[in-house]
Amino acid sequence: MILKRTYIELTAVTLIALFALIVFPKFAQFYTIISSTIYVSLAILALSLAFIWGYGGILCFGQAAFFGLGGYAYAVGAWNFDATVYGALLAVIVPTVFAAALGYFMFYGRLSDVYLGVITLTVTLILFKLVNSTGGDAYAIGKAKLGGFNGMPGTPLLENPLTEEVLSPHALYGLAVVLLFFSYLLCKAVLASRFGRVVVAIRENETRAELLGYDARPYKLIFFSIGAGLAGISGMLFANAVFVAPTMFDMASTARILIWVIVGGLGTLVGPVIGCISLLMITTYLGKTGFVDPNIALGVILIVFVLLVPRGILPLLDDGLNWVLERLKISREKSGGRVL
Amino acid sequence: MDYVIVLILQVLYSVASLALICAGLAVVFGMMRVINLAHGEFIMLGGFTAVFATQAGIPIVISMLIIAPFVVGFVGLLAEQLVVRFLYGRMIDTMLATWGLSLLLIGAATMLFGNSVAGISAPFGSFKVGQYGVSFYEMFVVAVTVGIMIIGFCVLRYTKLGLIARGTMQNPEMASSLGISPSRVYSITFAIGAALSGLAGALLAPLSGVLPTMGKAFVAKAFITVISGGEAILVGLISASGLLGAFSTLATFATTPVIGDAALLFAAIVLLRFLPNGITGRFFRGSI
Repeated sequence: MILKRTYIELTAVTLIALFALIVFPKFAQFYTIISSTIYVSLAILALSLAFIWGYGGILCFGQAAFFGLGGYAYAVGAWNFDATVYGALLAVIVPTVFAAALGYFMFYGRLSDVYLGVITLTVTLILFKLVNSTGGDAYAIGKAKLGGFNGMPGTPLLENPLTEEVLSPHALYGLAVVLLFFSYLLCKAVLASRFGRVVVAIRENETRAELLGYDARPYKLIFFSIGAGLAGISGMLFANAVFVAPTMFDMASTARILIWVIVGGLGTLVGPVIGCISLLMITTYLGKTGFVDPNIALGVILIVFVLLVPRGILPLLDDGLNWVLERLKISREKSGGRVL
Repeated sequence: MDYVIVLILQVLYSVASLALICAGLAVVFGMMRVINLAHGEFIMLGGFTAVFATQAGIPIVISMLIIAPFVVGFVGLLAEQLVVRFLYGRMIDTMLATWGLSLLLIGAATMLFGNSVAGISAPFGSFKVGQYGVSFYEMFVVAVTVGIMIIGFCVLRYTKLGLIARGTMQNPEMASSLGISPSRVYSITFAIGAALSGLAGALLAPLSGVLPTMGKAFVAKAFITVISGGEAILVGLISASGLLGAFSTLATFATTPVIGDAALLFAAIVLLRFLPNGITGRFFRGSI
């Protein structure tokens, strides 16, 4: 049953990815393609938190820190290196290394959930302040001026490493969809591996897993770092679709990632991606009409979901589907009985 | 010599203001083991209340020390009754719900008050130490903070209310089987925590200006200081804000305020690596 589920999910995701990659750009307007690129890049961010929180049980309030670091690492690399591809590599390496260093202090100190959440959140906020204060020419890494509050507009965009041509908005959109799909596959593969199973076991019961001989600390550390690397990819794409600015580290920026995951469904991978894209559409719409402040909407959504729908939308839909199937089965058995 | 005195006064003020912005949070954390993520917005509401009350002609000291804590305490009580009450025992959900509250309050304040800085001027003027000017108001903030600590100690140590609070803190089940309703204790705690945050916001309003998003300027320091202190409300608060506040002020003097904040965070992370339950998890155990 569970195996069948997995196949259905994989097939559905592949079909959606193919649709998004091939069919959608055919009829979408140019503007829609650009905003879709932003949505898809942020969906990778949602996926990264869904991965470490939903499966590793690591309460990270600071996923935006890795997102921002990825973006800034890309921008610094793109300014300094000849080929921007190296910037993209940096965008994965820097957040991963940073997460490993931070994770060492948190996991090897065996801090509890509340502490973990607060530390990751604080790190994000302090990074915001640090980057925000880097205005002026004094703050530069090589050729890259960090730009303080204004961020780094005009960063060189990703190039095709073979032809050295800058990616067109359509190509960037395609790249984002492909990266989201492969990030999803990577998460699935890690979770299906022995390593992933141990991590899930640790989430379920850390003491028991340790008594069975697994040291929880390195498992959590590596898992956390993988999530940070994924967030870095998201930041790199975001840097290409928009540009990097300190708001990437903002408190609101890190809050909305949590909201996507909670609304979509903690403990699933697809749910948070759906939550991310649909909530982005809602907040963009609200921002455009100016009817309600988007913060009010996000706050109310978060409170309502925590109080009333703590498991999120996807498990709810799943339950609903099961209920309908169950009913169908019963009615079929009933009618079958009548015929006989 | 004058420079040393000014430096000491400055460190004193930084430690006191850090303790002040942490106080409300520490009360809730010590009592319920939960971090109230709407803390920054309670500070912001306190600031706005003080500004509006002062602009309406109420003497500044009254609007700061009495009106702001009452208004924000009421908001806290409301939040507890409508949201937090349903989530006891679910720590993570409580934190997430208060985060939602935080976003909601920022949004509401932006819509109602606009996204611009409101302010009142600091009263009392300044005095001179040699060639350096020191603001009387900063010393007033230090005095109020010390006053709150002393009142807090006396209430927790010598009154029936304090005994009930400490009992519930140590063992809620036992307290409840002795006829104390933990949920009532929690709602009072949450309201008192909010009132203290409101007081902090009001006192800081003349120095920092008031803005719907001002909360986030304070919360990072407050969160990390409170968890570094650990679960004993007063001792944890004083030891952590003393240690981290002094460290960050010295770093600020040597470099810039932003580096000072980063130094505070770094010190706290290293400290928590070795004392995972905060300072009072290892030292001063069983203190208030």
